[in-house]
Amino acid sequence: MLETNKSIAQKDFVLSIEGLTVSFDGFKAVNNLSLYVEEQEIRVIIGPNGAGKTTVLDLICGRTKATEGSIKFKGTELTRLNEHQIVHAGVGRKFQNPSIYEDLSVFENLELSFPRGRNVWGALTFRRDAKVVAKVKEIADMIFLGDKLDMNADLLSHGQKQWLEIGMLLIQDPELLMLDEPVAGMSVSERKQTAELLQRITKDRSVLVIEHDMQFVADIADRVTVLHQGQVLSEGSMERVQSDPKVIEVYLGH
Amino acid sequence: MFADYTMTELTSIFAMQGFAGLILFSVFVLMALGLAIIFGQMGVINMAHGEFMILGAYVTYLTSTLFAEYLPSIYDSYFFIAMIFAFIVTAALGALVEWAIIRHLYKRPLDTLLATWGLSLILQQLYRTVFGAREVGVTLPDWLMGSYALNENIEIPINGLFVMGLTIVITVGVALMMQKSRLGKQTRAVVQNRPMAAAVGINTEKVDRMTFALGCGIAGIAGSAFTMIGSTGPTSGQLYIVDTFLVVVFGGASSLIGTVASAFTISQAQSTMEFFLSGSTAKVLTLLTVVGILMLRPQGLFSLKIRR
Amino acid sequence: MTKIKDFIGRYQLSHLLILAALLLVVMPLAMDIFRLNLVGKYLTYAFVALGLVLCWGYGGILSLGQGVFFGLGGYCMAMFLKLEASSPEHTAIQSTPGIPDFMDWNQLTALPWFWEPFHSFGFTLLAVVIVPALFAFIIGVAMFKRRVSGVYFAIITQAIAAILTILIIGQQGYTGGVNGITDLRTLHGWDIRTDSAKYILYFINAFLLIGCLFAARYIIKSKLGRLLVAMREREDRVRFSGYDVSSFKIFIYCIAAVFSAIGGAMFTLQVGFMSPSFVGIVPSIEMVIFCAVGGRLSILGAVYGTLLVNWAKTSFSESFPELWLFAMGALFIGVVMAFPNGLAGLYQSYVEPRLQRFKKTAEPLAPESETEVLTPEEIKPKQHAKDTESAAGEYSHAGN
Repeated sequence: MLETNKSIAQKDFVLSIEGLTVSFDGFKAVNNLSLYVEEQEIRVIIGPNGAGKTTVLDLICGRTKATEGSIKFKGTELTRLNEHQIVHAGVGRKFQNPSIYEDLSVFENLELSFPRGRNVWGALTFRRDAKVVAKVKEIADMIFLGDKLDMNADLLSHGQKQWLEIGMLLIQDPELLMLDEPVAGMSVSERKQTAELLQRITKDRSVLVIEHDMQFVADIADRVTVLHQGQVLSEGSMERVQSDPKVIEVYLGH
Repeated sequence: MFADYTMTELTSIFAMQGFAGLILFSVFVLMALGLAIIFGQMGVINMAHGEFMILGAYVTYLTSTLFAEYLPSIYDSYFFIAMIFAFIVTAALGALVEWAIIRHLYKRPLDTLLATWGLSLILQQLYRTVFGAREVGVTLPDWLMGSYALNENIEIPINGLFVMGLTIVITVGVALMMQKSRLGKQTRAVVQNRPMAAAVGINTEKVDRMTFALGCGIAGIAGSAFTMIGSTGPTSGQLYIVDTFLVVVFGGASSLIGTVASAFTISQAQSTMEFFLSGSTAKVLTLLTVVGILMLRPQGLFSLKIRR
Repeated sequence: MTKIKDFIGRYQLSHLLILAALLLVVMPLAMDIFRLNLVGKYLTYAFVALGLVLCWGYGGILSLGQGVFFGLGGYCMAMFLKLEASSPEHTAIQSTPGIPDFMDWNQLTALPWFWEPFHSFGFTLLAVVIVPALFAFIIGVAMFKRRVSGVYFAIITQAIAAILTILIIGQQGYTGGVNGITDLRTLHGWDIRTDSAKYILYFINAFLLIGCLFAARYIIKSKLGRLLVAMREREDRVRFSGYDVSSFKIFIYCIAAVFSAIGGAMFTLQVGFMSPSFVGIVPSIEMVIFCAVGGRLSILGAVYGTLLVNWAKTSFSESFPELWLFAMGALFIGVVMAFPNGLAGLYQSYVEPRLQRFKKTAEPLAPESETEVLTPEEIKPKQHAKDTESAAGEYSHAGN
């Protein structure tokens, strides 16, 4: 009985977080949080500053270790794994500030993210063959950087850097993609392109996004989770969340 | 190894070694205080810290020579004047070094380490040129000579007691200053949030310079105290630099209490072991233990879990 | 895309070949054996500097204890040579013949167990490489798995250098103490103190160094090299691209250790002794400055930097010994503040653009010829850096 329940849970949810708590010196940044993400869902996490949004992503991708609770990704317990093992399991994460290798070219940025030769020996014997080049070009076209492969990454604009980092995740082909404020600092037209990009790339994966821009959230979200003081305040469709009195109070009540 | 000694002898041994350890502890604390301020608060590795200490020792030596020559009547109190001189001279050199070298390298901590190592070579050679390669020592005033005999086995030298008292006074003084004074508060503000500190009108560059100078000045006082218990040579400072860094790192870099506690642990362990094992084995064991613990707990003994 | 990359590869190769020619042809022809032996001694430090280019320049890991590995390699070799020099016939006057003299002076009556395997030359050669690699691996696992880095790593490696020095000096009976292991004579009966032996050892040393340079070049040009650069900037990003960052750091640290150890073993062979004065804090940090002067990102710079600093040290010490420490200190400060990329950086910004201009007017198919017109003396100070800058340039051009 228990077994069947479990298998149903695995089938329905790509990611299931249960009772997750982390405390820094007694301060509970995330407090007994539970969250479930379905397959091919775009879930957006919103919430005021300090609500624990980035910490949740940190916990999922292993950057911060949980004090209590469990994070299951397709049945694998992530809290016990290292960062790179979590990536191998199929979780990709984009940081708030574009985190790319500015000393390297766009091509090399993408190539380094190509999921092959990830151990010492593999890296020593890695060859840039046709398959790698083709894949890099495909991803570069997708993130609007097809003509900038040779450019050093530090010369890209802020928005292009954000895209590059998204591209570095895409080339890994993760089943769960986590994006921390993907459109922060982007121009209006870049925002639009990014929304299209996200729609396109979520065809066959689940996406967890942190975002402040409500218009953008409304454009992309399947469902929205509102965090407040490390706990889920409200969850559901954008309209439902927006009309939830608790949410209105947290955002407008003071 | 204890079988050869009687109980009273053992007690005396532990007491005497404990006392020797306390003197080592004083030197560690005095040197580590300055380092902890500079490294803990500013993240700067000052490999020339030992040379700053020795500068304080030389200043004290010069002062004592001057007093012996010109003011023999008040020779007994030269030390207090010398300490002030030592502080001023080393702090001034510290401010100069910060201005000339350190401030250009704040974003490259490893390079600071190399540059200050270069500085330490220059200072060592300077001392050798000016004061000669031989070690110099001060003549202790009468009231610091001799020792108290607690019982027939235990004797406690007065100069050691004095240095320990001095250490306590300076430590408390530094702790109070970091907590209460304007510079202390400004320093902590700059450490926590540099742009914000600048925005509320703190001159962060000046605070950096003052902090560095203060750390060096405390090293100068340490050097002054050092003359009470040992002689001074051009390379005396280098002997302590690695130990002191380990003390600071072991204590958890940003905590003064941690620094004192780790200085106590390390010095006591070393001096107690020294009696039963050879000096070098004791040192090796102590360092190995510290390095081993640091590998298990890289953030040091007294640091908190913080959000990255 | 590949064309640019190949061109850069060949370009770098030409500089490596010029260095090889300098070491293997010019120096032996231009110098007497005394000077050449001295150069050979310097070149053993270049192994350490080369390792530092990899782990500090590329990996961002500053080890202030590379003397430990130099010493381990050197001591392994010295133990073998000492045992051969301590045959019962040679040591008949000792109270216990057949053991090294310093053991006899320290009232040891039997060879310690860990000396026994060093009767075998094969074991010794293996130990020269494996002992330091293993030691580096243990340190690396302990530190990098726990994410100790930056200044903490530097201080801890420094402490390790201090520990090993104190240990060697303190355990006189087993290690020869502060004098080290001296009076080494023969290797399988071949007298290493003769001029002809010194020539041969110089060439073995030079070949080994060139071999290490090729290995380093391969590592830098591989994806692992780019990963190291990436890690220096964005360690988290590398981790979240699915790489176990610590394993790469451990690897590069072990490689640096092995290079250093080879240098140490060749030092023992060429100079005829090994002592704790090459293990401790001071020599370890001096070797960092060799690397910094050459240019921390330039594998060839490491060699030129080492030669230059040591040549300066020797000439200074001969004429103004008291000035040397001043000069050395100023060198530390000056290089770090004004020329963080060392000679290689200078070459890149001043010499290289002129060569480029010259090249445009020259025949396009002969890109290397102009450097070959120069006499080696002229090449020496100018040459170091093309390598770095192509190493640095490599990831900017290689893209497509």
